[in-house]
Amino acid sequence: MVFKIAWRNIGRNKRRTAITAASIFFAVLFSVASESLNRGVFDGMIDSTVSFYVGYIQVLKKGYWEDRTLEESFEMDEKLTSVLNNVDGVDDVVPRLESFALASFGKITKSALVIGIDPQKEDALTGLAGRLIKGGTYLQKDDKEVMITSGLAEKLNISVNDTIILISQGYHGVNAANRYRVKGLISFGSPELNSKLIYLPLSAAQDFYGAENLITSLVLDVKDKNTSDLALQSLEKSIDYQTYDIIDWKDMMPEIIKMKEIKESSNKIVMFVLYLIIAFGVFGVILMMTKERKFEFGVLLSIGMSRVKLAFTIWLETVFLGFVGAIFGLVISYGLMYYLSVNPIVVTGDMAETYAKFGIEPLLPASVDLDIFITQALNVFVLTTLLAIYPCLAIWKMKAVDAMRA
Amino acid sequence: MARFQASKYILMKNVITVKGVTKIYNPDTIPVHALRGVDLQIGEGEFTALVGPSGSGKTTLLNIIGGLDDASDGSVIINEQDIAKLSDSQTIEFRKQNIGFVFQAYNLIPVLTAKENVEFVMLLQGASQSDRDARVKELMSAVGLSDHLDRRPSQLSGGQQQRVAVARALASKPMFVLADEPTANLDSKSTADLLDIMAKLNKEENITFLFSTHDQRVIDRARRVVNLDDGAVISDKTIE
Ligand SMILES: Nc1ncnc2c1ncn2[C@@H]1O[C@H](COP(=O)(O)OP(=O)(O)O)[C@@H](O)[C@H]1O
Ligand SMILES: [Mg+2]
Repeated sequence: MVFKIAWRNIGRNKRRTAITAASIFFAVLFSVASESLNRGVFDGMIDSTVSFYVGYIQVLKKGYWEDRTLEESFEMDEKLTSVLNNVDGVDDVVPRLESFALASFGKITKSALVIGIDPQKEDALTGLAGRLIKGGTYLQKDDKEVMITSGLAEKLNISVNDTIILISQGYHGVNAANRYRVKGLISFGSPELNSKLIYLPLSAAQDFYGAENLITSLVLDVKDKNTSDLALQSLEKSIDYQTYDIIDWKDMMPEIIKMKEIKESSNKIVMFVLYLIIAFGVFGVILMMTKERKFEFGVLLSIGMSRVKLAFTIWLETVFLGFVGAIFGLVISYGLMYYLSVNPIVVTGDMAETYAKFGIEPLLPASVDLDIFITQALNVFVLTTLLAIYPCLAIWKMKAVDAMRA
Repeated sequence: MARFQASKYILMKNVITVKGVTKIYNPDTIPVHALRGVDLQIGEGEFTALVGPSGSGKTTLLNIIGGLDDASDGSVIINEQDIAKLSDSQTIEFRKQNIGFVFQAYNLIPVLTAKENVEFVMLLQGASQSDRDARVKELMSAVGLSDHLDRRPSQLSGGQQQRVAVARALASKPMFVLADEPTANLDSKSTADLLDIMAKLNKEENITFLFSTHDQRVIDRARRVVNLDDGAVISDKTIE
């Protein structure tokens, strides 16, 4: 009967229910929207950076991450690759040999990051072939040619079929110098990447640096962040930590992670204010309800309903109300965010430029990670549940006669 | 027969004993002397009207008897229990078991049907489903509303609502029913109907009623009339 009373009371005062449910609904909606967009944006940043270049997980020789020298390179042996290939979630293992070199064409010389790659695997990992600008051709495994990012090509004033000269210090200090025909130009959205990369096939790079059979990193091809976390766990067991370092996207992109955290904490403040406003709104309604129904409470106390039972009934009623509002908010906000995740908001103007600097498409995608929705709905629900204590306190102190005096 | 009735009257047990009850509202600010030493005894099976002009203290006295308010002085003893000695939760429990209430208006829980409203007190007492069903049926038919069981209060007239309230007051099998101006908001037809029902329940089931009123038509139906003025009993007449 207590449940019946509580439930029916929700239908009784339609306006009150509508106001409460609506404010709870908006709280859920707003909090979900801000969290979802925020997470969507940063996931987008991370995903694009990851997929453009760094990958989710890399295996490096211990010390390489700090020093970045060829001296910390390692041999790519079958055993290691087969161990890595056997880790759950790892689709492939992509080798790279990276170092800096001076690149010259005519009178111009620029510093460049020269990367030896397995052209086919690299394409599978980062879609590199798709970034090729018309007019060039993609690298083949045994080529002795290079591909240059378009920003760098512009600076050097070089184009396809021209010959570039690379000079560097190789493995164990050997002189590295050679000339390569430019086979193609590559374009990255990120100006940072676009102005400094030169790709050549792994074996050609090993020849150039005098680093026979050596690589500086193995990028693990995993599907997404979640797979990456799982793979990381099983890697910890199968890799020799004395020799190798395993770093994941969180280590590789500390700036983005930091930005995300800052944004998240400012979001928390906004959300706190939002919750405060909502709490006042809902509290107002609860206050009104308690006042309006004082007489009814007085009658119930008179006819012998215990205070505990009465308070519980009213608490339950508010909780039901919160529940209805939260579910409502959850469903609608999920729908909306789903729509925005499929059809992201397009950012224009200054914001778009900022995005471009980070090498990110100027879109505001929404995240539809379920945990956001559930957390926000729960927060608001818990908030209502706490507010529902007020009428309980009122009932606790209420004197039936006073309650029933008009 | 007459002898039997007389002996019953002599042996009649007191259910309510009010001894020297005074009530002063706002004793610290602007004191209002609502009751000035009221003595009153109500026996089992009585049908008593508490009469007096507005402000004479009827509501105050009924509230104190019902344990809804405290007396400033004096005592109320119900069936040998001094109700001032009960704690808050004991008082509520005591009311649930022993006292039926009918108020002037808005007695019923709006979201429950007539049947559920009557059943509610029994549920609080923990009565079984079959007991409840039987008693609801019996009471609703006693108040002439057998075919309105599933109506919500808003779908009933004021008179019908008060009849449901009487049924509810009786559902818990209380020692007596306190009714504070139960007909104040009713037209004369509904007033007569409600009084008929109360009188019948009193006569046939020996249910004790103590009700306040300032309506002469209601006073005429009472078997005992206690007259209150300015917080004091000025007359007490039993009508044979
Ligand atoms: N809560 C209260 N505070 C102060 N005075 C009150 C209060 N309740 C009733 N009174 C006063 O007590 C007197 C008796 O009131 P009441 O018992 O309601 O009379 P009746 O029911 O006969 O009209 C009146 O003078 C009324 O104004
Ligand atoms: Mg009164």
